[in-house]
Amino acid sequence: MATSSVSKGCFVFKPNFKKRKISVPIEDYFSKGKNASEDSKLRFETYQLIWQQMKSETERLQEELNKNLFDSLIEFLQTSHSGLWKNSEDWSSEIKLREIPTAALILGVNVTDHDLTLRSLTEVLQNNVTPYVVSLQAKDCPDMKHFLQKLVSQLMDCKVDVQSKEKESVQVIQKNVHYSMDSLSAWYMSVTQKTDPKMPRKKRTFSSQWHSPPVVLILKDMESFTTKVLQDFIIISSQHLHEFPLILIFGIATSPVVIHRLLPHAVSSLLCIELFQSLSCKEHLTTVLDKLLLTTQFPFKLSEKVLQILTNIFLYHDFSIQNFIKGLQLSLLEHFYSQPLSVLCCNLPEAKRRTHFLSANQCENIRRLPSFRRYVEKQSSQKQVALLTSDKSLKEETQSLLENLHVYHTNYFLVLRCLHQFTSFLPKYPLGRQIRELYCMCLEKNIWDSEEYASVLQLLRLLAKDELMAMLQNCFKVFQSSSAKELGNTAKKIEEFLAQFQSLDETKEEEDTSQSQSKGLQKTDLYHLQKSLLEMKELRSTSKRQTKFEVLREQVVSFVDSLVREYLLPPDTQPLHETLYFSSAHTLRQHLNAAPRIALHTALNNPYYYLKNEALRSEEGCIPNVAPDICIAYKLHLECSRLINLVDWSEAFATVVTAAEKMDANSVTSEERNEVIHARFIRAVSELELLGFIKPTKQKTDHVARLTWGGC
Amino acid sequence: MTSTLELKEDKMLKVQFVGDDDVLNHILDREGGPKIKKDRAQLLVNTQKIIKKPENELEEDDQEVLKDQNYVEVLGQDVQESLKNGSATDGGNKVYPFQNRKHPEKMAKLASELAKTPGKSVSLNKNDPEITIDIPQCSKGKILPQFEFLSTAPRGLRKRLIVPRSHSDSESEYSASNSEDDEGVAQEYEEDTNEDILSQKIQAQNRVVSAPVCRGTPSKKMKRKKTSHLVEEYFEAHSSSKVLTSDRTLQKLKRAKLDQQTLHNLLSKVSPSFSAELKQLNQQHEQLFHKWMLQLHLGFNIVLYGLGSKRNLLERFRTTMLQDCIHIVINGFFPGISVKSILNSVTEVLDHMGTFRSVLDQLEWITNKFKEDSSLELFLLIHNLDSQMLRGDKSQQIIGQLSSLRNIYLIASIDHLNAPLMWDHAKQSLYNWLWYETTTYSHYTEETSYENSLLVKQSGSLPLSSLIHVLRSLTPNARGIFRLLIKYQLDNQDNPSYTGLCFQDFYQQCREAFLVNSDLTLRAQLTEFRDHKLIRTKKGTDGVEYLLIPVDNGILTDFLEKEEEEL
Repeated sequence: MATSSVSKGCFVFKPNFKKRKISVPIEDYFSKGKNASEDSKLRFETYQLIWQQMKSETERLQEELNKNLFDSLIEFLQTSHSGLWKNSEDWSSEIKLREIPTAALILGVNVTDHDLTLRSLTEVLQNNVTPYVVSLQAKDCPDMKHFLQKLVSQLMDCKVDVQSKEKESVQVIQKNVHYSMDSLSAWYMSVTQKTDPKMPRKKRTFSSQWHSPPVVLILKDMESFTTKVLQDFIIISSQHLHEFPLILIFGIATSPVVIHRLLPHAVSSLLCIELFQSLSCKEHLTTVLDKLLLTTQFPFKLSEKVLQILTNIFLYHDFSIQNFIKGLQLSLLEHFYSQPLSVLCCNLPEAKRRTHFLSANQCENIRRLPSFRRYVEKQSSQKQVALLTSDKSLKEETQSLLENLHVYHTNYFLVLRCLHQFTSFLPKYPLGRQIRELYCMCLEKNIWDSEEYASVLQLLRLLAKDELMAMLQNCFKVFQSSSAKELGNTAKKIEEFLAQFQSLDETKEEEDTSQSQSKGLQKTDLYHLQKSLLEMKELRSTSKRQTKFEVLREQVVSFVDSLVREYLLPPDTQPLHETLYFSSAHTLRQHLNAAPRIALHTALNNPYYYLKNEALRSEEGCIPNVAPDICIAYKLHLECSRLINLVDWSEAFATVVTAAEKMDANSVTSEERNEVIHARFIRAVSELELLGFIKPTKQKTDHVARLTWGGC
Repeated sequence: MTSTLELKEDKMLKVQFVGDDDVLNHILDREGGPKIKKDRAQLLVNTQKIIKKPENELEEDDQEVLKDQNYVEVLGQDVQESLKNGSATDGGNKVYPFQNRKHPEKMAKLASELAKTPGKSVSLNKNDPEITIDIPQCSKGKILPQFEFLSTAPRGLRKRLIVPRSHSDSESEYSASNSEDDEGVAQEYEEDTNEDILSQKIQAQNRVVSAPVCRGTPSKKMKRKKTSHLVEEYFEAHSSSKVLTSDRTLQKLKRAKLDQQTLHNLLSKVSPSFSAELKQLNQQHEQLFHKWMLQLHLGFNIVLYGLGSKRNLLERFRTTMLQDCIHIVINGFFPGISVKSILNSVTEVLDHMGTFRSVLDQLEWITNKFKEDSSLELFLLIHNLDSQMLRGDKSQQIIGQLSSLRNIYLIASIDHLNAPLMWDHAKQSLYNWLWYETTTYSHYTEETSYENSLLVKQSGSLPLSSLIHVLRSLTPNARGIFRLLIKYQLDNQDNPSYTGLCFQDFYQQCREAFLVNSDLTLRAQLTEFRDHKLIRTKKGTDGVEYLLIPVDNGILTDFLEKEEEEL
């Protein structure tokens, strides 16, 4: 092999230059794969288009969600900085002069997403507040020296952006300068003084507000900094604050308490801390889902299982939006890669256009779709024949079905949101608090068959009037926001309900007063009182159903119910849903959330699972002796405790293997055979060592230690 | 000793003929009516089932205690749909449970058991004359070690019974296994004489003997007990550092010493089994090549896991897909590999001359280079990303940062059981992995061939040859001096408090052998040895110098043998 050597471990392969220029376009890999079939080029293009749209949408969302946070941060920076330079005489500002303005930014535990947020924060700050923004990571700053070194070098880099390039030569010399806070403030003075007269275009805006722009230092992961470095830095820089206007931003993953745990009172009193809370990642997820999946803007949809897996990875593993998006990207790719009909997964007019150009093969593919077959079976026999034989009528039908699917989705999401309005305020949240839970349920099956739905209806029947009205109002807003024609009269209906409730108010009050008057208390004895009370109770229970409000409430509930039953059909009832829905959840799980240990164990414990040879078939828990050597060695080692005697092991191994070999009568002499078996044993053992099941030990001669617990 | 009594009983039963009805009566006596039917059905079940039973029970309990299944359910249980990814639901529990104390002879027992479950079709065919002749012979061969184990068994048993908290069921498990050991022997005779019925009866008897003990505690109570039992077993297993294993060493076996070459030769004689199935597996994986390329280009990196060397697979990937691209192959299993060398080969690709102050500088330079030139593309193939040398936190961080570059494509393989623990969330997001299971069952020939495998201890060819080389360059007198020291050390190898040969004694011996004539010449010779790290000197408590050869005794014996051959 070209890549094995006893003297080196890296092999560089560099094809000659001419050859290299011809690079293969990515589409080719797409089309050459296993399911190379129709329209692969078109499919790939569609994939890229949709992915780009989704990506920019998520980025936009991210920006939008961060906007509030960033705005308030910027405001804080500006006020605190101007406070610093007011130069007023009074005593309190004198005190203030010693305090470093600090923003504690609580970002949540999803550390992987922090980078993105902080990067955009840096950008925003550089555009709006000051060119001097430096961000440091804990792993770069093990001690004060490195801390300052990083700070200075990054500050210099900031400067390069602003200043002309001829300064660079100066900078190189500066690299070896001894770093200290003094030199830093001297540098700052010189820079601000120098740039003041010959101001570049951008900076004018800053310095018109302030004397000089502040230096913002972002500590990305505050928790992992060493306390000593932090304390020293804060004490020193507070001394220099009057000449070096520093503002700190702490990125905190856990909770604000950590500041006081890291910094003693003497130090933290030098900080003027203000807390900022970023949006929780769960809300973030909800918005992303809302904007990417619960809309007809993107034709691509996820099936229930896939959505469940993605949200579970999010909730149980990392809380990372980025990972979620990655999963989404993968499922999008898989969908376009594996489903030839995904070519129809684009916006409606385009999909209709594409149906015209479908090849005969693709038409066959459509006919083979289970959902389409079910649809055909319901048609009249004449139409069945037409659909199954003529491509033209099939295409026409496909177009109308695609349109139906589109309408279905529009209605679906409206009604889903409407139902969510009703269910999200109920006690105990029988259908989930988040809309994604409700969505999962609705995707899975007919929601109205579930027990939870029944209990929801029951709870709705108990609602008070103002609650119900608030919900209806929300629903009304939902329906109004959309321009769907089908559901236009639903909005009207809701409006009517609202009006009725309003009118109910007046009539009901009258009724109430009249009732209370008629049932005025009379002087009676105990017996009569009891009797009349019983009567009243009976009367109430019978009359309960008769009050107008209850009738109306009942109407509303049944109205919602009918909406749900009509529009919230699960997608797999719809013909052609396969073109839009990605459903192979196991591929997703396999690639994103793999279980290498289990795969290893299965391969060793049950080789039949992979090698479909009848000789390997066995009952649970034991393996046949013809199994691969490593499986036998593994099985034997499971019987041992912490230490394994190699001799015993090898003997046991030999016993098994000889028994297996007896079958194919061997002509080799027994001595040689033993040697071979021993060699096989050695190989199996060293392979197990490589896999990390055992390791050599010095505790006892010729023993190995077992590294896994237990066994079967 | 109840179990020895049982042993006796078994032996007696072997001789007796027991009729069907007698067995039933026997059961009736001990257990009462309603159970008969059940047991009768079990009579027909083969030995395996019965033996397995107590263990199966244990497993179930483990499952109850460790409810990690719920978690699997939460993540969607559609695993079974796929061919890959293992049987997630029941597989996991077996690797993870707490450690229990094991019987020392359990492995041999299982071995004989496995040896007995042959590829069914052939062994059950008793009419085949060749096999019926074979059985007595092979059983002798097999039984020989077994008898040894049996002789050690009572010792183990005694120790077990001394442990105060030995539970009823663990006892019963033991007795069951004990009798079954006998039965293993017995059964082979039976097979010889084709008296299947008799063996079944014996099974029935065994069953009876162990059954009442098992049934002593009601099941509900037992379950609760098992939980605490599990905990106690854990502490029991860890209470003493002593582990009960036999004291035999490889040195007593003649064929223990094998070097790399002979091992290779021997293994080449083995004909690979299941080649058709393996080929099919490989073909399945190869179909994914295009998909990998696609996903690599779309910003994912690919990691391969699963049993078997993935080297050949990646090599085929390289030769089929990457011929026209710049790529670097990195053998992670190579003992001298380091992040530095990986970065160096990357800079080599970029035609950079000169050096860097630190690894981080180099990384920064590479990053900038790749960010500037978007037409630059580089494929990194890393075999064994989880190897000793690369698994460190810093190395992984740097490789992760490399792989996060848009135009560097990384495809790597991992083999170690705990490899995924290398990566925290931050690193995982750097790598942006897509996992692919590629179980190949191919042997880790290349990966284990370097001297860092377990084999070294057994072969020791490297120190031996260097020893010979060094000594060849010395004068005969010096060799004689060294040989004296070796012999002394080997004579004392059974003495645990041996600290080395005292210098004065050594001088005496050398003088007597006419090897040196003065204190000073000996010292000069010793300096030579010390420079080659052949000896070590230690000051004893009395201030006297002691000399010691820091080489394994086995190697020294080999060396002496070789020397004598030459003479």
